[in-house]
Amino acid sequence: MSDDATVLLNGLRKTFDGPDGGTVIAIDGISMAVRAGELTALVGPDGAGKTTLMRMFAGLLKPDAGSLRVLGIDVVTDPQSVQDRISYMPQRFGLYEDLSVQENLDLYADLHGVPQEARRERFARMLEMTDLTHFTARPAGKLSGGMKQKLGLACTLVRSPDLLLLDEPSVGVDPLSRRDLWKIVQQLIDQEHLSVIVSTAYMDEAERCAQVFVMNNGRLLADGAPDNLRTSARGLTFTATPPGGMPARELQARLIDAPDLIIDAVPAGGSVRFIRQPEADPARLNGLLHDASCEPRPEELEDAFMMLLRQHHEGESAGAAAVPPATEAVTRRTDGARDEPVIIVRDLVRKFGDFIAVASTSFDVARGEIFGLLGPNGAGKTTTFRMLCGLLPATSGRLEVAGLNLRTARAQARARIGYVSQKFALYGNLTVRDNLEFFGGAYGLRGKALKARVEASLAQFALDPAAQSGILPAGYKQRLAMATGLLHEPDILFLDEPTSGIDPLARRAFWRTITALAKSGVTIIITTHFMEEAEYCDRIAIQDAGQMLALGTPQEVREQAGENTTDMNGAFIAIVEQARAQRETREAAA
Amino acid sequence: MTRSGFTTRLVALIRKETRQMLRDRSNLIVGLLLPIGLILVFGFGISFDVKDARLTVVMEDSSPIARDAVAGLQGSAYLAPVWVKSMAEAEHLILAGKTDAILRVPSDFSRRLAAGNGQLQLLLNGVDSNTASTIEGYVNGALSLPVQQQADRGGNKPEGAASVVIVQRIWFNEANESTWYLVPGLIVLVMTLIGAFLTSLLVAREWERGTLEALFVTPVRPLELVISKLAPYLAVGAIDLMMCVLAAKFLFQVPIRGSLVAIIVASLLYLMVSLLLGLFISGATRSQFAASQLALLTSFMPAMMLSGFVFDLRNVPVVIQGISQMLPATHFMGLIKTLFMAGDYWPDIIRTCAILTIYVVVLIAATRRSLRKKLD
Repeated sequence: MSDDATVLLNGLRKTFDGPDGGTVIAIDGISMAVRAGELTALVGPDGAGKTTLMRMFAGLLKPDAGSLRVLGIDVVTDPQSVQDRISYMPQRFGLYEDLSVQENLDLYADLHGVPQEARRERFARMLEMTDLTHFTARPAGKLSGGMKQKLGLACTLVRSPDLLLLDEPSVGVDPLSRRDLWKIVQQLIDQEHLSVIVSTAYMDEAERCAQVFVMNNGRLLADGAPDNLRTSARGLTFTATPPGGMPARELQARLIDAPDLIIDAVPAGGSVRFIRQPEADPARLNGLLHDASCEPRPEELEDAFMMLLRQHHEGESAGAAAVPPATEAVTRRTDGARDEPVIIVRDLVRKFGDFIAVASTSFDVARGEIFGLLGPNGAGKTTTFRMLCGLLPATSGRLEVAGLNLRTARAQARARIGYVSQKFALYGNLTVRDNLEFFGGAYGLRGKALKARVEASLAQFALDPAAQSGILPAGYKQRLAMATGLLHEPDILFLDEPTSGIDPLARRAFWRTITALAKSGVTIIITTHFMEEAEYCDRIAIQDAGQMLALGTPQEVREQAGENTTDMNGAFIAIVEQARAQRETREAAA
Repeated sequence: MTRSGFTTRLVALIRKETRQMLRDRSNLIVGLLLPIGLILVFGFGISFDVKDARLTVVMEDSSPIARDAVAGLQGSAYLAPVWVKSMAEAEHLILAGKTDAILRVPSDFSRRLAAGNGQLQLLLNGVDSNTASTIEGYVNGALSLPVQQQADRGGNKPEGAASVVIVQRIWFNEANESTWYLVPGLIVLVMTLIGAFLTSLLVAREWERGTLEALFVTPVRPLELVISKLAPYLAVGAIDLMMCVLAAKFLFQVPIRGSLVAIIVASLLYLMVSLLLGLFISGATRSQFAASQLALLTSFMPAMMLSGFVFDLRNVPVVIQGISQMLPATHFMGLIKTLFMAGDYWPDIIRTCAILTIYVVVLIAATRRSLRKKLD
């Protein structure tokens, strides 16, 4: 391979001890060459092996087999020489929360031996880029999530390294901070011609890179420039627009349920973007689209990535994770009118001391609606969410859930709701059946009723009752959590960041279940940081700094954001920025 | 790497550790307030001396001879005798827990004493056997010597034999004050505490917060991490040591008969052992919870129970003795008590310091290894 490779690996392999005592193959014989002076992306779903690979590049993990040279040095035998020359930003960046911004910068500058003269200029530039100039005395622990991430980047870049490794720099960061972060990285690449390797699950980030390596399950699926990778999807990508009155997600559900014709389908901007199977029969495809109008659209990296994942997935025996669970089995009582609100929120306020976490918020949610709560980190969405499911009392305001006042009848209201928390909150060392039976009992089910519900849940979510819950793959854990939340057949299901940490195929399957549930009359309240997932919702609310900034259908929210906004990400950024600018002018005027 | 690189990094790391230590209030509480609390508790609160022990004297014989025999009780600072007439009354008191011992002067006492066979009965409340035997000693000491001997021997003395007088003296702790041996032992406890409660969290905290991963990919060397984490806590330990020595000398009037230099050198060596053990456990477990539990179990508890701080090691089974000999605390405990109360005994000082130095060297190597820059 080429001599100018900044990272060169050959037959690299790494295994770990699995939770069940077996061996997990994290990296399965990868060979690749990363060119110097370029921005390179490692792309793949969670669990693909990106972090393991990054850590091996940084000399923190020792490969089991194969060779690995970074900057021409054998990392395995001489990690320190590599560590002296590279900068590495781990996923959870190591900021000392009790040290101030300046002290964190000083520490890393000292450790990297940055001379005093060089430091002054570098710090000034880093602080300006990261907008932290006014916060140098603030402890890192008191910064917002996005600011922490930026400070982490600044600490990594106290000097210009020969190679910069960024491990998922934008994970868990809201779109605004994500955009700022990339602006900084881009500036540095332009000005200093850095070699950068970045791992990411976001395709729009990979699109910026000169070279992209697509990984899944420890293997390399494809590599090349984004333009070259895209070509595999050429001619297969279309946008279908449903006839008036039909929600995009219904069309999306119809399409994704036909895997022999359609590789992938997602709702976007009121339409459905889909990829057809190359050998799909046109007549059958037209039949499937029926009354929806269909336009070809230019192929994107995301399309190529989804195709690769789907192919790779079919190649592996499993297959099950992508197949949506048998949602048709869900039959629900549909008493009462569909438009009657099941959640009524009026002037809801929550204060923590002087801090107003949620300021006077009002909205209704109708039966069978999918209602999304979006917002940057610290916007107040988790607080709102917790008040809605009765985990946190409101400071003031009216809150009715399923016709019950949450202030006076919290226990009765709880019996009508199901809750799926962000973290896996089930017992890892119990089997799937044990967990279901335990939680069924906790909801007051017993005897035959319990048995029947457990069996129905196992069938509905295609779960193996004997499997140990803690060692299930992330997608299956998510299903088990859902099954548990639905055991007592609640009217309303609350889901807190349900799709973080699961791969795109499992996410598709997850949303298919959600849309089916909503159709059967269950009301869904969901928070997510994947903006494109807002397209599945009937209505969404965007919060920032405790204020409700936008409320309406995805289409209405996009319109509020401005003329040219077509995607949810852009709409989100525009709305939050508009609100922040207004607040600043108001504060300036006051 | 150049020397200056090493120094720059070390200074930066020590500065960081010191800041972190000073900003976390719990460090201040455990590092400075807890030792002060311990000094006060062990100095004033806990004592194995019994003062004003409640002794009920049953005077069945009220002759002047009998009164003379027990007159000494009144003068003892350790006893608070109560006089009753009947045994039944005394028994009631001991049952009710209102007295710790009964001294019975039988009705024929003066007659038998004249015959050279005077007997007194001492009944002790054995519920607390430590207190019981202490009181026994006080009573024996307080009674006039001939009577004491007769009481001791329970009348086995052949008639007409000369009385043997035993003159008791306790060396090194003349007043038999337990503070004298508890306070030097406290130095061991406090030095152990800092390692068990403070340094055992340091590395694990960085593992849990993910800061170590970022730190590893810098030119930093493992030894620099070890030294920088040691330095600020060594300072805290030195302050604690000073407090203990000053409190011993001026608050509790414990004599310091050995050389102060030897006390300081040995204490600092032991402090290093304790801090390094905490660091090593922290680096090996990588979890703050596990590290603090393990540190408590392997250093603080044994230092309390098995080092000879409270319990005499000669009375424990051989296996426990073997274990206690492996503890650095045991060696240091023996030395520090000798240094305070007996004086310099150089072979002992050199031997103990050598043992502690070996521990320091081994633990530095082990901690360094636990901090070698690898995640698996």
